[in-house]
Amino acid sequence: MASEKAQAADSGPRPIVPFLRLEPKPHLVGIRCSCGAIYVDLNRVACSRCGSAGPFEQVSFSGKGSVYVFSVVHQSFPGIPTPYITAIVDLAEGAAIRGNLLDFPPEQAQRDPHKVFGLPVEMVTRVVAKDREGRDVVAFGFRPAKR
Amino acid sequence: MRNVYVLGTGMTKFGRYPEKNVPLLGGEAALMALKDAGVGIKDVEIFFCGNLFQAPNMVGQRVLQQVGQTGIPVVNVANACATGSTAFREAYMAVASGMYEIAMAVGVEQMGKQGLLGSGGGGSDPAYATEGRLGSGLMPAVFGQAGVEHMRKYGTKLEHFAKISVKSHKHATKNPFSQYRNELSLDDVLNSRMIAYPNTLYMCCPTGDGAAAAILVSEAKLRQLAGGRRRPRVAAAALTSDPWTEHDLALPDVSTLTRRAAKQAYEAAGVGPKDVDLTELHDCFATAELIHYENLGLCGDGEAAKFIDEGGGMHPALGGKSPVNVSGGLLSKGHPLGATGVANICEITWHLTEDERARPRQVPNAKVGMAHVIGLGSACTVHILTI
Repeated sequence: MASEKAQAADSGPRPIVPFLRLEPKPHLVGIRCSCGAIYVDLNRVACSRCGSAGPFEQVSFSGKGSVYVFSVVHQSFPGIPTPYITAIVDLAEGAAIRGNLLDFPPEQAQRDPHKVFGLPVEMVTRVVAKDREGRDVVAFGFRPAKR
Repeated sequence: MRNVYVLGTGMTKFGRYPEKNVPLLGGEAALMALKDAGVGIKDVEIFFCGNLFQAPNMVGQRVLQQVGQTGIPVVNVANACATGSTAFREAYMAVASGMYEIAMAVGVEQMGKQGLLGSGGGGSDPAYATEGRLGSGLMPAVFGQAGVEHMRKYGTKLEHFAKISVKSHKHATKNPFSQYRNELSLDDVLNSRMIAYPNTLYMCCPTGDGAAAAILVSEAKLRQLAGGRRRPRVAAAALTSDPWTEHDLALPDVSTLTRRAAKQAYEAAGVGPKDVDLTELHDCFATAELIHYENLGLCGDGEAAKFIDEGGGMHPALGGKSPVNVSGGLLSKGHPLGATGVANICEITWHLTEDERARPRQVPNAKVGMAHVIGLGSACTVHILTI
């Protein structure tokens, strides 16, 4: 198919998951059900809150949110630098998403966890790997929001 | 639905058995339970086998190839950490429904030293694996965050989680079936290396191997076979999955489905938390045990820290009340996933029947026991046994 050829020819960066879009600038996408439930996810046959099969509203997330809870990971798979903060972020639009909390010292989070709860954050992206075709793989994360 | 009783139980010591395999371990536990029940494999009418990591490999049939191929229906069960307890519940339902008189449940797992359970995603190209790049979905971090959520809500301190592990290890010194039987001090627990905040190494359950089995019978069969022995009734067998909650898709919510299962179980058994003489709950991490004190109603919401400070969860012989995980729990006894849920049933049964296998740690006058298991993804069972 023509679109596959176009993709194969594309040597640019690729998002690590389909719900991360890199253009025109990096953002998360998802869907909203008429019941109010919102998902950072596109492939969904029905709403897991109310059961409605849609149609669903497409949502672009601003990337702004606040930290709900976190953990500091000290032991991980080979090749994953530790320690790092894994956080559950409540996005401003209403969904929750898991991501690394960057630009915040893990030891400070452990020393004073209450400084992390509710911390305003914004989404950022970073290259985390090269795939088999040599393309940059881009992941999202969060950092403390700039005022 | 008919009354169902636990006629026989058996389990291997949890530990590491590299020289054995899954059907052998499962077969050993099955034979122990059959012997304890005073029946043979030819008496068993249906068999539910819980195993997770070899789920596609017909483990139940291979267990019967070890202990007796009688041609009975075999159902292989996989439900994450609730695999064994789900197999037990299926066996309960088979008898309760009136369709079978004698059912067997076996839970078995051989994990070796694999750790950090959970999936990293990524498909065929590891460059797209998300673990560590989009946060952590591994169990230590998931249950770390569940503990941190309690810290956020109620100001819970690291020491409270650590005290649970100290208690667990103290209990385990009295259980010869436990993988670890060493006592640990509060400093030992707090100063062991951090795995995923706030869970240090000794606040994480070990991986390992083991098997447990139970024979369930109808009331008529009990009369025929018990020979005067008292056997516990399965007064409640609740199973829930995770309902939609706000954070569940990002952070598995282990509380809501536990609360639902506990409520259903208490109602079915006609008892409340105050009536429960001992509880085996799913302490895969110390943080999990603390939040389940509240989820199971052993104390009020936000009162887990106070509950611990007042001896809650500790064996009465150690000055405690509302004993929890007197077996040593997953933290010390070990957690061979498929075996865990059936092993809990063994522990509860042994206390209710004053079985010699629980003698060193017998909870006095135990009449009501509760067993709780969570499988992430999620499944929750709560069984209440009474005598």
